[in-house]
Amino acid sequence: MKITRVEVEHVARLARLELTEHELDTFTVQMDSILAYVEKLNALDTEGIIPTSHAVPMENAFRPDQPAPAIGVDAAMANAPNHAESFFRVPKVIE
Amino acid sequence: MEIFDLTIHELHQKLKAKELSSVEATSAMLERIDATDGRVNAYITVTPEQALIEAEAADRRIAAGEMTTLTGIPVGLKDIFITKGIRTTCGSKMLSHFVPPYDGTAVARLKEQGAVIVGKLNQDEFAMGSSTESSYFGATKNPWDLACTPGGSSGGSAAAIAAQSATATLGTDTGGSIRQPASHCSCVGLKPTYGRVSRYGVIAYASSLDQVGPLTRDVTDAAIMLGAVAGYDPLDSTSVNTPVPDYVAGLGAGVKGLKIGLPKQYFIEGLDPDVKRAMDEAIALYKSLGAEIKEVSLPHTEYAVATYYLIATAEASSNLARYDGVRFGHRSESAKGLSEMYARTRDEGFGAEVKRRIMLGTYALSSGYYDAYYLKAQKVRTLIRQDFLTAFEDVDVMLTPVAPTPPFRMGEKLEDPLQMYLSDIFTIPVNLAGTCAISVPAGFCAAGLPIGVQLIGKAFGEQSILSAAYAFERETEWHKKKAAL
Repeated sequence: MKITRVEVEHVARLARLELTEHELDTFTVQMDSILAYVEKLNALDTEGIIPTSHAVPMENAFRPDQPAPAIGVDAAMANAPNHAESFFRVPKVIE
Repeated sequence: MEIFDLTIHELHQKLKAKELSSVEATSAMLERIDATDGRVNAYITVTPEQALIEAEAADRRIAAGEMTTLTGIPVGLKDIFITKGIRTTCGSKMLSHFVPPYDGTAVARLKEQGAVIVGKLNQDEFAMGSSTESSYFGATKNPWDLACTPGGSSGGSAAAIAAQSATATLGTDTGGSIRQPASHCSCVGLKPTYGRVSRYGVIAYASSLDQVGPLTRDVTDAAIMLGAVAGYDPLDSTSVNTPVPDYVAGLGAGVKGLKIGLPKQYFIEGLDPDVKRAMDEAIALYKSLGAEIKEVSLPHTEYAVATYYLIATAEASSNLARYDGVRFGHRSESAKGLSEMYARTRDEGFGAEVKRRIMLGTYALSSGYYDAYYLKAQKVRTLIRQDFLTAFEDVDVMLTPVAPTPPFRMGEKLEDPLQMYLSDIFTIPVNLAGTCAISVPAGFCAAGLPIGVQLIGKAFGEQSILSAAYAFERETEWHKKKAAL
């Protein structure tokens, strides 16, 4: 086994996903087979190889820090599931 | 010839000659959507009122003599493109009520040219899939055979071309999501070089791989669409500030003396015989046109799928962290505290494939596994990219299959994610290398389903693959065949 059900539960917590028992069972089997497949990368010696994070080599892209027109509070709040004035309303954080 | 049959350049000529108005063309397209989409399900949202307003504006612009090639042309957009005032779902329950407050850059550029947006097209949820079966809004069906998938993730964008329910469409391609559905639906699909088209206002899946591109009825239309959306955008700092050539003007360059590479690792045992036949015919045609065919080697090809599914899922797990039920999108109603609200919102809002990829990516980035999975994959990506650089020292373009098989049946690969992932084996390496590639119609299998071939170009070599594709198209009739719907 590349991954156990206990590890899958741990990963779900890290990913903030409240998975059902059925999903945990299915993902354990499926992730195990996918992780077994990606094992094949270990056949390659990558000692000293520089990792690629972007395909196009580029330096940092700088620009002047100038204010530009923004969409405004009303538009920014329009899709919020719950808000009050210019604040997003969420369930209680501290009991 | 019906109005909905016309390519962009044909329709443009009629609009320009005032034989037809954009309102007439747009109305014809909206009727075509009505007549076909109940069976195909290419669209998530159709926008008739907005489209007719845009068509009237286009007609005024044409009357004033200020038209571009795209003015008045009815186009569809994959529902991954943020559209101001038009619901944008990305194929997910999570965004099923999301109405964006702004247009992304590619959309804004199409609108500036006067294109008419007729609707938002179906896709795999968050562009994660190869069959358009994972959409919250139901699967899209292949117009060539409604029992088959159109491919994915831009399946709606490809199916709308095959169903003739959009003159042209935009899609996105992270591991083959433009080229594979284009191949399965017999249309032209172009994935530009990473950085060629702005990603601003495109819902992110895997940011180092995602790229915007057109799906069209012919190569000329692909050149027109690319020219309209390509170019540097200060709002996407990964877009590259390189001049955009006149892609249409360069189409006739021909292939005499063009060095075309055949990567030997792509001609594997077990390649579908119909796909192999289409490839052999394409090779013979290019030879007859004076191209020089050479074998090349991409030795790390067999590692591409594994590399992709680590890098793409890792980036996805990070990108999709934003869907927390706070600022926009779905929120679970049943949760008591904040943490529970996050976790339930995400469980309710995401479908199985999206959860699976978030899980894989989270695992690959997690403490103790980062070096073994994510960092390892990034190093192998370097080797894959190096393969392409080396091969392109000897050849101008490469010619390969797009997908290892013709279109597959609905449900065939749903239970086995790994089999679904392996259907992108010939398209994924191009995204990892960051170069460009185009899928062009190249025949049909014994069952009458479409097969495409892929031309891969160097970074910013769109001009070369477009002119090579155009030379192929001029000598073949495949792109003229229409699905019987």
